[in-house]
Amino acid sequence: MSQANLEIRRISGHAGPAPGAGFKRESEVAKLIDTTTCIGCKACEVACLEWNGLSFSDTTFQNSYQTMPETAYNFWNLIKFNEYEPEGGSLMLLMRKDQCMHCEEPGCLIACPADGAIVQYANGIVDFQQDQCIGCGYCLSGCPFNIPKFSPTSHKVFKCTLCGDRVSQGLEPACIKACPTGCLHFGTKDEMKELGETRAKQLREQSGFKDAGVYDPSGVGGTHVLYVLHDATNPEAYGGLPKDPRVPWTVRLWKYPLKWLGNLAMIGGVIGLCVHYLRFGPKTVEEDIEVPKEGEQP
Amino acid sequence: MTNGYTDIKNTDMMLIMGGNPAENHPCGFKWAIEAKRVRNAKMIVVDPRFTRTAATADLFVQIRVASDIAFLGAMINYAIANDRLAKDYIVNYTNASFIVKEGFKLPEDGLYSGFDPAKNSYDKSTWNYEEGGNVTGQAVAAAAPAAAPAAAPKPAPAATPTAAKPAAGATPASPAAAPPPASLPPNVAYDLSLQHPRCVFQLLKQQFSRYTPEMVERVSGVPKDQFLKAADLFTSIRKGGDMKKVATIIYSVGWTQHTFGSQIIRTAAILQLLLGNVGRAGGGVNALRGHSNIQGATDMAGIFDNLPGYLKVPTPADADFAAYAKRITPTTAKPSEWDSFNYWGNTPKFAVSFLKAMYGDAATKENDWAFNYLPKVDRNYSWTELWDNMYRGTVKGVFAFGMNGVAIGPDSQKNIDALKKADWLVVGEIYPDETSEFWMSPGVTKDEMAKIQTTVYRLPCAGFAEKDGSMTNSSRMLQWKNVALPPPGQARLDQDILAQIFLKVRELYKKDGGKFPDPILNLTWAYTDPRHPALADLAKEYNGKALADLEDPKTKQQIKAGQQLPGFAWLKDDGTTACGNWIYCGSWTEAGSQTARRGTEDPSGLGIYPNWGWSWPANRRVLYNRASCDPAGKPWDPDRRQVWWSEAAQKWVGNDVPDFKVDSPPKDHMGPFIMTAEGVGRIFTPLALMADGPFPEHYEPIESPVKNPFHPQQSNSPVIKRLKTEADKYATTDGEFKVICTTYRLTEHYHYWTKNNPVNVQLIPEPFVEIPVELAAELGIQGGDKVKVTSARSHYLAKAFVTKRIKPMTIDGKKVYQIGIPIHQGYRGIAEDEGRNEKTLVNRLSPTVYDPNAYTPEFKGFLVKIEKA
Repeated sequence: MSQANLEIRRISGHAGPAPGAGFKRESEVAKLIDTTTCIGCKACEVACLEWNGLSFSDTTFQNSYQTMPETAYNFWNLIKFNEYEPEGGSLMLLMRKDQCMHCEEPGCLIACPADGAIVQYANGIVDFQQDQCIGCGYCLSGCPFNIPKFSPTSHKVFKCTLCGDRVSQGLEPACIKACPTGCLHFGTKDEMKELGETRAKQLREQSGFKDAGVYDPSGVGGTHVLYVLHDATNPEAYGGLPKDPRVPWTVRLWKYPLKWLGNLAMIGGVIGLCVHYLRFGPKTVEEDIEVPKEGEQP
Repeated sequence: MTNGYTDIKNTDMMLIMGGNPAENHPCGFKWAIEAKRVRNAKMIVVDPRFTRTAATADLFVQIRVASDIAFLGAMINYAIANDRLAKDYIVNYTNASFIVKEGFKLPEDGLYSGFDPAKNSYDKSTWNYEEGGNVTGQAVAAAAPAAAPAAAPKPAPAATPTAAKPAAGATPASPAAAPPPASLPPNVAYDLSLQHPRCVFQLLKQQFSRYTPEMVERVSGVPKDQFLKAADLFTSIRKGGDMKKVATIIYSVGWTQHTFGSQIIRTAAILQLLLGNVGRAGGGVNALRGHSNIQGATDMAGIFDNLPGYLKVPTPADADFAAYAKRITPTTAKPSEWDSFNYWGNTPKFAVSFLKAMYGDAATKENDWAFNYLPKVDRNYSWTELWDNMYRGTVKGVFAFGMNGVAIGPDSQKNIDALKKADWLVVGEIYPDETSEFWMSPGVTKDEMAKIQTTVYRLPCAGFAEKDGSMTNSSRMLQWKNVALPPPGQARLDQDILAQIFLKVRELYKKDGGKFPDPILNLTWAYTDPRHPALADLAKEYNGKALADLEDPKTKQQIKAGQQLPGFAWLKDDGTTACGNWIYCGSWTEAGSQTARRGTEDPSGLGIYPNWGWSWPANRRVLYNRASCDPAGKPWDPDRRQVWWSEAAQKWVGNDVPDFKVDSPPKDHMGPFIMTAEGVGRIFTPLALMADGPFPEHYEPIESPVKNPFHPQQSNSPVIKRLKTEADKYATTDGEFKVICTTYRLTEHYHYWTKNNPVNVQLIPEPFVEIPVELAAELGIQGGDKVKVTSARSHYLAKAFVTKRIKPMTIDGKKVYQIGIPIHQGYRGIAEDEGRNEKTLVNRLSPTVYDPNAYTPEFKGFLVKIEKA
């Protein structure tokens, strides 16, 4: 992965085209997470904490091996555990590494009103620029995976960066490097998709998981984090992975038609103002307006 | 491990039982995943809990804690009944054809022949082979179906006595010694047709004929059809007798921590021998050790009855070196037509070289190599006994380095009370731990504290990243590591502390004399800086060096006096070599530290990596690898060629270092198991090798909810010793304690010290008890509720983890619940110090009993009751 992959493709809240967009397009990166060989060891959690220098916080026991109920502003990579008993099948312990999915159509970016607070690089990484973040939290409602989290201390929003800093230097993300079983892979989206499909085929043919498949949801234009699932028809069992994630319609409505309507209304208002001025001239205060006397109710 | 971590990738079939490698050996477990991904290998996980290892398995079977022998024994029965056997391997490479002495009795009633109830031990003289030679075909008629062997079999016709001399050892070793132990007959009687009713194979068949799928269901709680599924899958690699495929068995402390732990491993070994899986890439019996360097600890004699390199310790009966050497050096015992290397026959060379390393010039032929300097071990000084001795006031002080004795248990409270009676305690640690603060453990009042007179010396030591040296991992591989950073503050290296204590003691002996100063004054201490011995110096010392110019008579290779030895084949019993640990000889040669090598090339593709680190013995990666070939010397599987006989070179060659006498041609029929006197794998372990029986037998743990369904009148192993102080309490079968409890580790923590590390604490912040959903419902317990677990000894407090991953079981018709508790918590740590967590140690619950062979306490499978706290 060369540095060229940090070429910006899209920018949040930015009017007009992204500078340099479409000029050069190198391969898109992706993580492949094979949940069927994940052992829930949490090495990825620790690698993420350490590489990104995240602060520790107190956790409490939640009747699970899971470190905390969901990702946090200072905990971007969380393995979700589920003791799952499929109907007519035997018990499974499903473990899925949860983090930002780096959507092709990022709901967070679409929802974000702050210019340059969220960018999508040409390699597919969706990255938050905290210095531009206004802390409005709209990205939270834009994300169908419940990933971005608001920091109560800095009033900014944080999430997995797909280790853009490492990737731009030709390294793999920290979680990938730490994984002991090799259930995590990193490469181009095409390679990862192919590797995932090969593994899914092996699971269908050799291990009796007839519904094994790759999770790359089309509702958000595909993601740059792919999963191999034993049962791709039931992603919800993996700690609530949405079956058909989409950018919420309210966000789309707000950011596209409504925004333009709003813009139109605003521009219309300005135009109306001008027309009014030209037609009627400046507004003057009429002389005969009674000034209320002291003590009287207006 | 007979094999190594990287070798697991070569397997076709894995049985993971008594271990949880995904959680406790995640880095090694990558090779199990690799085998699944690349070879479509199948994985069977048998465990009391559905673990994170089980999450990746092809088949998971829930078993009652401690019923492993019943399960594995039935697997053996299944393999024999369904002819899933490696026939050539069994006949040629194991003692299946050897004939056992008349009078040997199988334990249908729970007892082998020779039991002495007064001593709670066995007279093992019938646990031996018969003298005699080849009786093949002579006893076919006598091959009667299963019947009590003590009564049924008639003696085999006397074989042609090729060796008429009496068994070695029949003459007393020395007048002062106790009667010498019986030894193996040099000319063993054998029946290659395996039909003789007293041949090992027939006895094995009979022994495990009682281990039916129905009995597995009764004893282990595994439904019959599930057992059959597992047995069929595992033994499928030997369908039709085809030898190409290989299966491995992977285990850990889930097998060792029982009063019959060694016998569980024996059962696995027998199964692997029957299937012809030992010595082969992707096969073997593989112990995943519990620490990064626990293999190193045992290699270097971290147990009382060994010297480095598994030499046996001298006892008071060993009047001189000759008597000692005779006792510990096995004599060859084999079928007369076969050959046996009997590598332990070289024991005197290892022992003399060890004494030369210890005492240098003070060890001479004239003074018996200073043999009298070595302590003579007169009793059982194993872990549990040591603490018992301290509790009873006979052990007065302890050095506790690199371990947390109070937390380890068993019966932590007894250990705390033992320390209260000690005169002194020295703790070398990196954190304040439960042991060094036993005197302020929860429940100790101010008044009591004032009465404790133990002097505690707490020495800040160095952590693993602050020391160099090598660690020996489960693959028997020594890997040198460098110092990452110096110890902080006043912390010192462990070796510096020990060296300075030794030098001070020696100074006192020099000044004041003493009863027997010689071993102290004459100990070799030739380190560059005696007060700060470099671990590199020690590594060179245990590798060994030549003390005189040596020459190999065959190759004419020469080694000058003072040079490092290239391997243990050079060791001599004439005082011309010194070697601190013979199995490590070759790890630090004239070419430097072999353990620091980091070559990543793997020309064979078998995961051998011959230039990475150094594994004992002789950088060999798979033990007994001659057995990877058929009797003619050709690999069983041409795609996984480890070693083979080269007709052209007239020697054994290969990708791995041959574990064999390299110039012994296949026609000589030398056995591949060169470390046994017989040269073959032991399905039957003769004489005193095992304290509790030459075959495994299912016994109940010391605390069990049921009487042994095989023989209720002999429920436990008859040789188990129950300790006798008022602290040693054991629950009975029908008492108030009905729930089976087992203990284990989590992937998020390491023993008792990561509770001092914020990241680990964040990952698993609090102690918990895993409880089946059904039991929780019965007791009205919800996830997160505080619960109290009580055993006959003490209690433990934690939160309830209500889980579907442990199901209720039916054992011998009785509904039985199992619960599980991770070991990692205590009364010192981040959350403990902040008052957020309960301050209890799980080993307050565990009983003070142990395996009679390896002395490992029974941390798995004791009885408790559980209630809402």
